Amino acid sequence: MNETKPSMITLDHVWLTLGDRLILKDVSLDVQPGKTRVILGGSGSGKTTILRLILGLYRADRGSIRIEGQEISHLAEREMFRIRQEMAMVFQNAALFDSLTVRENVGYRLWEHGRLLSDEQIEQTVQESLKFVGLEDTPEKMPAELSGGMRKRVGIARALASGAKVLLYDEPTAGLDPINTCMVSRLIQKLKTKGVTQVVVTHDLETAYQVADHIVMIIKGRVLFDGTPDEIRHSGNPAIREFLDPGSMPSEWRPQPKGDEGVARQQADLL
Amino acid sequence: MISASFNIKSKLIGYVLVVQEFTFLCAQTVAGLVRPPWYVRETVIQLDRIGVGSLFIVVLTGLFTGMVLALQGAVQLEPYGATIYVSSLISTSVVRELGPVLAALMIAGRVGTGIASEIASMQVTEQIDALRAEGTDPIQKLAATRLAACLLMIPILTIITNTIAILGGWLVARLYLAIDSYFYWTWAFEALHAHDLILGLVKPIVFAFIIAMVGCYAGFYTSGGTVGVGLSTTRSMVSSSILILMSDFFITKLFMAYSW
Repeated sequence: MNETKPSMITLDHVWLTLGDRLILKDVSLDVQPGKTRVILGGSGSGKTTILRLILGLYRADRGSIRIEGQEISHLAEREMFRIRQEMAMVFQNAALFDSLTVRENVGYRLWEHGRLLSDEQIEQTVQESLKFVGLEDTPEKMPAELSGGMRKRVGIARALASGAKVLLYDEPTAGLDPINTCMVSRLIQKLKTKGVTQVVVTHDLETAYQVADHIVMIIKGRVLFDGTPDEIRHSGNPAIREFLDPGSMPSEWRPQPKGDEGVARQQADLL
Repeated sequence: MISASFNIKSKLIGYVLVVQEFTFLCAQTVAGLVRPPWYVRETVIQLDRIGVGSLFIVVLTGLFTGMVLALQGAVQLEPYGATIYVSSLISTSVVRELGPVLAALMIAGRVGTGIASEIASMQVTEQIDALRAEGTDPIQKLAATRLAACLLMIPILTIITNTIAILGGWLVARLYLAIDSYFYWTWAFEALHAHDLILGLVKPIVFAFIIAMVGCYAGFYTSGGTVGVGLSTTRSMVSSSILILMSDFFITKLFMAYSW
């Protein structure tokens, strides 16, 4: 018998307009518990908006958003705080609180809401989370003293320490060097083995293939593809192929480099 | 013509929207003062920043205001042989008008812009969204704590400004006008009535509300990266200064209608 688990997150025919721009058009997707879903797409395609909708930071114009079966589209902000307890987000630029130390950032939610935990238990959780991301020596540093990669890892530690069932990542590897990119991808994979439900927004294919159970591809606010990493690799859809392998685009579509380099390239093409 | 009327209409709608957003933020912040959770640590930090941090500028403002009032007042009163009443002039004008308004303008420049730029920076770096994602109400944590600190500290700072201004006037009266201390202090207190003191305390409470809420509004409704932070800070200073001067007129008018 084929038994399917109820979805952790469900977006059902969601439409969203911000200002006078239609951002999402009839987007539907679901995330199974314990699975990692990657949302792929170019800049401005509406990927981050989906994370914000899941977290209730934006309200959909139409459609339904359910977290563990509970409809959240019509919940008031104060009711959303309870739902957000089950989720944590790693922001693109980490969004660490400038006025707090790394330790205070990581333990923020526990000190703020974790009335059941003692200070010792919170300190222990913070230490374990920092150890998990390899930053156990930096608890008293301020966010301004950290590199971009370290900030991202502190962001992951903060999400991890919260004990959330669902982790949302907004471009977790953007702007990182290859070593830090690899480190962040490994952290996401490690969390996957722990059974954490994860949604990763990225345009980094390497990271997407490494961490994804399922991939959704968004182009101009519409879902263009929904399937496994293998299926997207072998997709024949021209728009997907163009995104996965920009080198396969006809030469006249490719962006032309400017200045001397462009001239040199054009001369080389002529030869 | 059509384009001009469309522009006016859209600008009007924009202003109405600002008033609506500002009113909504004020209502939520005031509700945040009375409903838990109360961020005691954050409030104490703000009390220190707003109160202790502004002490130096309000002392200087008060001192030189009192001193210059004594000099100018003496020039006006001397032809009538009434130089001795300069302390009455100083105490009433400082307690009723100059102390609250000048202190508020100085605090708006220091504290209001500080609130606006801090919250605006948090807004453009997604820290406000991060707070919401962590299950914290940013209005309760950032706006309510700052409003509470302003409501507590700005009246105290105004009392300090008034006291220092009257002391500054006394310095000039003693050093340059040869007025006896006994007469200076006697006429200074004689001139003050209960309604002057009430007016002098009501104004800073209203100004505190304006400084805190305009700063918070400018911060929360920031967009456009670092340029937006700069614009919000400027907007906060300009708007709160204008609102302080406007509300000063209306409070004075209201008190005059009922007290005199």
